[in-house]
Amino acid sequence: MDYQIFDYQTMVLTGFVALYIFMLAAFAGFEIIGRVPAILHTPLMSGSNFIHGIVVVGALWALLNASNLTQQIIGFIGVLLGAGNAAGGYVVTERMLEMFKPSTNTKSKE
Amino acid sequence: MPVAFIIDSSYFIAAFLFIYGLKQMSSPRSARAGIVLAGVGMVIAVLASFLYSLDVRPEARPMLQTNMLLALVALSLGLGWAWWSGKKVAMTAMPQMVALYNGMGGGAAAAIAAIELSGYQTHGSISLLLAVLGGLIGAVSLSGSLIAWAKLDGRINKTLRMTGLQLINSSLLLVLGSLAIYIVWQGGQVPQWLFLAFFALALLYGVMMTMPIGGADMPVVISLYNAFTGLAVGFEGYVLNNPALMIAGMVVGSAGTMLTLLMAKAMNRSVRNVLFSNFGAASSDETQTISGSLKPIEASDAAINMRYAGKVIIAPGYGLAVAQAQHKLFEFVELLQDAGVEVKFAIHPVAGRMPGHMNVLLAEAGVPYDLIFDMEEINSEFKEADVAIVIGANDTVNPSARSNKSSPIYGMPVLNVDQARQVYVIKRGQGKGYSGVENELFFADNCQLIYGDAQKVLAAMLQAVKNLESN
Repeated sequence: MDYQIFDYQTMVLTGFVALYIFMLAAFAGFEIIGRVPAILHTPLMSGSNFIHGIVVVGALWALLNASNLTQQIIGFIGVLLGAGNAAGGYVVTERMLEMFKPSTNTKSKE
Repeated sequence: MPVAFIIDSSYFIAAFLFIYGLKQMSSPRSARAGIVLAGVGMVIAVLASFLYSLDVRPEARPMLQTNMLLALVALSLGLGWAWWSGKKVAMTAMPQMVALYNGMGGGAAAAIAAIELSGYQTHGSISLLLAVLGGLIGAVSLSGSLIAWAKLDGRINKTLRMTGLQLINSSLLLVLGSLAIYIVWQGGQVPQWLFLAFFALALLYGVMMTMPIGGADMPVVISLYNAFTGLAVGFEGYVLNNPALMIAGMVVGSAGTMLTLLMAKAMNRSVRNVLFSNFGAASSDETQTISGSLKPIEASDAAINMRYAGKVIIAPGYGLAVAQAQHKLFEFVELLQDAGVEVKFAIHPVAGRMPGHMNVLLAEAGVPYDLIFDMEEINSEFKEADVAIVIGANDTVNPSARSNKSSPIYGMPVLNVDQARQVYVIKRGQGKGYSGVENELFFADNCQLIYGDAQKVLAAMLQAVKNLESN
């Protein structure tokens, strides 16, 4: 690990940089939803539900850095819940989207 | 190559795949590919985060092996349970399942906050503030979603309504706010029991906030908690200096907020109104004068009329799904289509138990999505329809929402089924809709009612048309 191909510094996201990220991400969220037809609102809700399952990554970090029993217990619960959020959100969204099919006769017309 | 570089670039790829995947989900054609892409992003991010083990805090080093083991066990347990439950859940039960998974995400965010705060690892007032806020929102989302799940799943039937509840909730929120400010003020250096009290009160607040909300308002509530969890995740992302959490959390936070507003608008209510008032309890004391009479018709007669119609529009409601009649309905629709009738489905934005739920239930029955139309798309077409048939819906087709200013649902957008030449309504009995408002549609001259269970009525309709064809 001492061998570095190029200089790399972990970025520190504080102050305005963080604020910019929050702002742009918020606009991206608005834009994406604005374009989704109402027909897809349920899969979309569970899809976005899946995406905040990324919290499992944060919980993993917290658990790996736990230094006492309390932190281990809370971290364990965090990872458990986060993994449930991510996996559950994915499975139900995929199941729902798989069912959306165009009619076979209109397909041949196109 | 430094480990941090690998982790950071994995998060970058994950964030890209999340946003791109969500964007792909804006069309039914590419939606499935979208969720798969987002799933790939998630796997990459989770795998990369195990690289954290190469560079943990010095004080955590002796426990690293145990922690790794714990992480693997927690991951596989959470994943296994969610995978299993997600595969077997019925489509009608989807709203409560989404609520449950969402609550879990909120809980995970709260757990991160709890660790960071109790370990005094957060420094800087912004970081501290966001850790506290994220923890608060996450905890509220956890307990609130659990209540929403229990209500939708029929485990809690009663809606808590008592005088002074609003006062209790407001004071609770005030206490929570003061505690949060105090923690930040003290730079996080407060006794451990204070953190415990903070999280316990936050969980209690989630319960108290959700208990008074009626079952039919749950779509708005689930959507709101989805946004809450997103925000909480975004805030904890800042605390952990993790851009993937920040971006994903904020995208979901804003998307969820927008979806919540759309839902509330479709129900003609403000989000505030949903959360803080007792709808359905006070209405319907208005004496309404409705002229006309209820005119029943036999299922078979209605079916034969539809067989010879040019254009039929179907307005399904949650009652259809309760009766498990979607498959029978689609069978009937196919029969009509074979006879050359043009059939379309008209979906009200709040049909079902969460936004777009009806579309999922129809898709499950095999109805192709190009037959299904949103309210705005199809409302102008009812004028040209020979027959509009309402199945298991009530308030969403009530014309008094357009005309009667004294009606509690006045102003709510409705499907204009009353403008069709002939309206059939399949109803179990003479009950009112959720709002408790009498529906003047049923008394209209061009409306006839077919009494009975939707499944049986549709079976009779199928039979009637089949008999006609075979003769």
